[in-house]
Amino acid sequence: MKESVARFWREIPQRYNIIGNKCTVCGRVFFPPRESCPYCRRKSLGKMQKIQLSGKGKIVTYTIIHSATEDFEDQVPYPIAIVELDEGPRITAQIVDCKPEDVKIDMRVESTFRKIRQDGSTGAIYYGYKFRPMR
Amino acid sequence: MEDIGIVSYGGYIPRLRITAKEIASIWGKDGERMSSGLGVYEKSVPSIDQDTATISVEAARAALRRTNINPLDIEAIFIGSESHPYAVKPTGTIVGEAIGATPDLMIADYEFACKAGTAAIQNCVALVKAGYIRYGLAIGADTAQAAPGDALEYTAAAGGAAFIIGKEDVIASINYTYSYATDTPDFWRRAERKYPSHGGRFTGTPAYFKHITSCAKGLLEKAGTKPEDYDYAIFHQPNGKFPKKVAKILGFTSEQIKQGLLVPFIGNTYSGSSLVGLASVLDVAKPGDRIFLVSYGSGAGSDGFDITVTDNIMKLNRENAPSMKEMIDDKEYISYGIYAKYTDLLYWE
Ligand SMILES: [Zn+2]
Repeated sequence: MKESVARFWREIPQRYNIIGNKCTVCGRVFFPPRESCPYCRRKSLGKMQKIQLSGKGKIVTYTIIHSATEDFEDQVPYPIAIVELDEGPRITAQIVDCKPEDVKIDMRVESTFRKIRQDGSTGAIYYGYKFRPMR
Repeated sequence: MEDIGIVSYGGYIPRLRITAKEIASIWGKDGERMSSGLGVYEKSVPSIDQDTATISVEAARAALRRTNINPLDIEAIFIGSESHPYAVKPTGTIVGEAIGATPDLMIADYEFACKAGTAAIQNCVALVKAGYIRYGLAIGADTAQAAPGDALEYTAAAGGAAFIIGKEDVIASINYTYSYATDTPDFWRRAERKYPSHGGRFTGTPAYFKHITSCAKGLLEKAGTKPEDYDYAIFHQPNGKFPKKVAKILGFTSEQIKQGLLVPFIGNTYSGSSLVGLASVLDVAKPGDRIFLVSYGSGAGSDGFDITVTDNIMKLNRENAPSMKEMIDDKEYISYGIYAKYTDLLYWE
């Protein structure tokens, strides 16, 4: 459990604010951030720049989870989608604030700040991004 | 006099609603009578993944979206709530990190029942005035819990509002503030207890009404104003009846309190209560409008504010975040069963 708190803490900038990075050689944007660009390889070393992503994008594909792990079983059925952000990267996230049957491919979504999970009733609470339909 | 006051604002109301009628049907009560008795038709409910921290972040981000303020220039964050997610571990640090304001700032969580958010505003004003900070972020937010079957179950709701306080491009000057407090045990929650207890009828006359009227009179005297000088008035709203009654006692009209009275549609958002009302007024306010606000926190105390809207409100990008009305209208009704699941009524060890 201690290890999971430490890992979460290291990832706070990505999880709270969707901070990725950009290869200044080819212009590609990555989330989560990468050490180097897989296209430019050595040329991109030291040329990766931190970038705040807008949190806006569209659903590329999705699935409805009916049978979840213990942490999420009180939320079923719930949609998980691959969201393509306007800056390019694709991320997997839960879709909230809409009924599972209302989720559609190509639907515009925006990020929202939510509780992701908690270590029971005595452990830490982990926060981060989910996505909701853009209104 | 130097203008110090609100530079931007943002509110947040969760989407889920449960009607007083639905709650009443579970406990064998007459829903229509409960609704009209309390002046509350429905209340907001946090979804299973929302708490005071997530509501505070949404409200703070909405306030930031309306301006070009660099979050790093926010040098204080104070969050008032009686439902901080942790007993020990601040909500403010979660919010500070989520809006990109860390690490060069002061952060503290406040508690004073439903008036901790207005206390946060007063302290930001003082720090700006003293020259200690450039901008301060004051938030009042709650996910209020009530014991199943208790009268409070019809009103205990979730929501909040955030205010950036500073002295540059002030949209609403805080001309005067005045507070009134006594030791009055009208409502409390002991440490380690999940649900609050209250003094029944004792919550009215010696508590809510005495503190709000005393604070309001003190503020009017300090500001040298009369009720008719104000375009809008906002009072703490534990239900739909109390704020109407206290307005009448003080000589304010129902027209003055209408825009800031959200409790009939969302319930009592506790530390957010008078502040979501203020956000709703700022959604429609015009330069020159004068606003009177008095909060109330059990235990007990009131903070009063005399506010004047400035020309800068026309430059604020209000449309960059949803208005309180848009959030009130964007809703999804749930049954008592789902409500019980989402608000942890089914919790056992
Ligand atoms: Zn590259």
